[in-house]
Amino acid sequence: MTAAFETGFDTSRLATGFADPVLDAQAAFRRLLAAFSYVGRIQEVAEIAEIPAPLNAATASFCLTLADLETPLWLDGAAGRPAVAAWLRFHCGAPLADAPEGAAFAVVADPAAMPRLDRFAPGTDQYPDRSCTVVIQVEALSQGQGQGQGQTLRLQGPGIDGTLDLVVTGLPPWFAETWALNHAIYPMGVDLVLTCGRKLVALPRGTRIEG
Amino acid sequence: MTSGIGAAEPMQTTRAAIGDSDPDGADRYNYAYLDEQTKRMIRRCLLKALAVPGYQVPFGSREMPLPYGWGTGGIQVTASIIGPDDVLKVIDQGADDTTNAVSIRRFFARVAAVETTEATAEATVIQTRHRIPEQPLREGQILVYQVPQPEPLRKLEPREGETRKMHAYAEYGLMHVRLYEDIARFGRIATTYSYPVMVNGRHVMSPTPIPKFDNPKMGGNPAVQLFGAGREKRIYAVPPYTDVRSLDFEDHPFAIQRWDECCALCGAGDSYLDEVILDDRGGRMFVCSDTDHCGTRRARGHTGRLGADAATAAAAKPRGAAR
Repeated sequence: MTAAFETGFDTSRLATGFADPVLDAQAAFRRLLAAFSYVGRIQEVAEIAEIPAPLNAATASFCLTLADLETPLWLDGAAGRPAVAAWLRFHCGAPLADAPEGAAFAVVADPAAMPRLDRFAPGTDQYPDRSCTVVIQVEALSQGQGQGQGQTLRLQGPGIDGTLDLVVTGLPPWFAETWALNHAIYPMGVDLVLTCGRKLVALPRGTRIEG
Repeated sequence: MTSGIGAAEPMQTTRAAIGDSDPDGADRYNYAYLDEQTKRMIRRCLLKALAVPGYQVPFGSREMPLPYGWGTGGIQVTASIIGPDDVLKVIDQGADDTTNAVSIRRFFARVAAVETTEATAEATVIQTRHRIPEQPLREGQILVYQVPQPEPLRKLEPREGETRKMHAYAEYGLMHVRLYEDIARFGRIATTYSYPVMVNGRHVMSPTPIPKFDNPKMGGNPAVQLFGAGREKRIYAVPPYTDVRSLDFEDHPFAIQRWDECCALCGAGDSYLDEVILDDRGGRMFVCSDTDHCGTRRARGHTGRLGADAATAAAAKPRGAAR
């Protein structure tokens, strides 16, 4: 079965997903659970053999672990390539959302061009859980004091013992501003997962960010 | 199962993890009993629950192979997080050896091929009914609570639509009135278990029917605390290092229970004690509710009033018959 679709996309070339769809998803979820529990601490997921560009292993793991027919997925311009869309549709069965507003999950591969966070669903006052989780692929992620380049985010809030420094390269210059607005509407608001290669870190809406 | 490319082959990897010999027929089910779509749904709810500590996330609770009230919510949460590398401990009112704890432990040993333990320190996942272990938990450990009634306001306001609004607008005056009425009637806050807490300064949460003795352990705990209510279809969470305060008044500050006696078996003076009736002439003893804590202390040579007399201890062991 190598028949190509009319779009010219050949399904026989679909990248594989998790090698073990059950235990790999469980292992990846535990890293995500740790990320949302120990906020701001970088977690590492396992490598995945084949991932369609430009997704990284952490973003791909996130989608394979959590996205399915119940979660409309929005892809930014850079991530929205046919190979990525076909891969996500096949492995996750997730419908692709046309606009950020309607998405349960969003993948941003080019943060410089990303929409402000108020474009994504923040949930409602009675159901703050009906909010979007935005996965943002950044250039570099590290813990502690930044060496040279990179924006140092000083984090505080649930899941953090005191304060914690996270150094991120590649977030838009207006990130702190859009985050402050997002944090201000707590308990509504979007949750972020920053990814880089196999690394990921969660910034839930309750986190205060300085710097 | 949503089938992936070559789904047949990866499934065998999972089977191998469970083990070839399977007289119980556990391999007729997916790993950890739940299907993958259910696990994904619960996993999404768990992350939202952690993002808004103390807020109750509705979830599509499934029918489990045991009745409501026996921990279906906790089991669904455990099934969605557990993996073959985990070491599971299950306690019921602090005890590892009651029917409920034993059967849940055996269930996961069968369907998830996990190692089980009674030692708090060795466990990575601890499913609990109505207690927090005496031994302080550490980072990386996950405490899963079985929750009968997740809504702390339910006895004050039976309508879900109304309680949801009260949480949305942080309208918690009614709860303070209830505690105040206790003071007016009894001279003190008479609530001793399910004592309501304020989480992260925003959501009033039911700590589940743990004794208020355990409430102070919830705040700033290095471990992850997840709550599953199966019948009521709610999941909530308290992330590590989160502010959890028991509701009180300046002139009536929150205080935990104290006992005049020590544990009769291990002599502990700082643990939660159960009263055990020894005879029909008023004889009684107090023993640690946390069996692992008590056993560990006795193994280290601590002895209580009745601890040295092995025969008395065995006869009086409160839950021996439940095995």
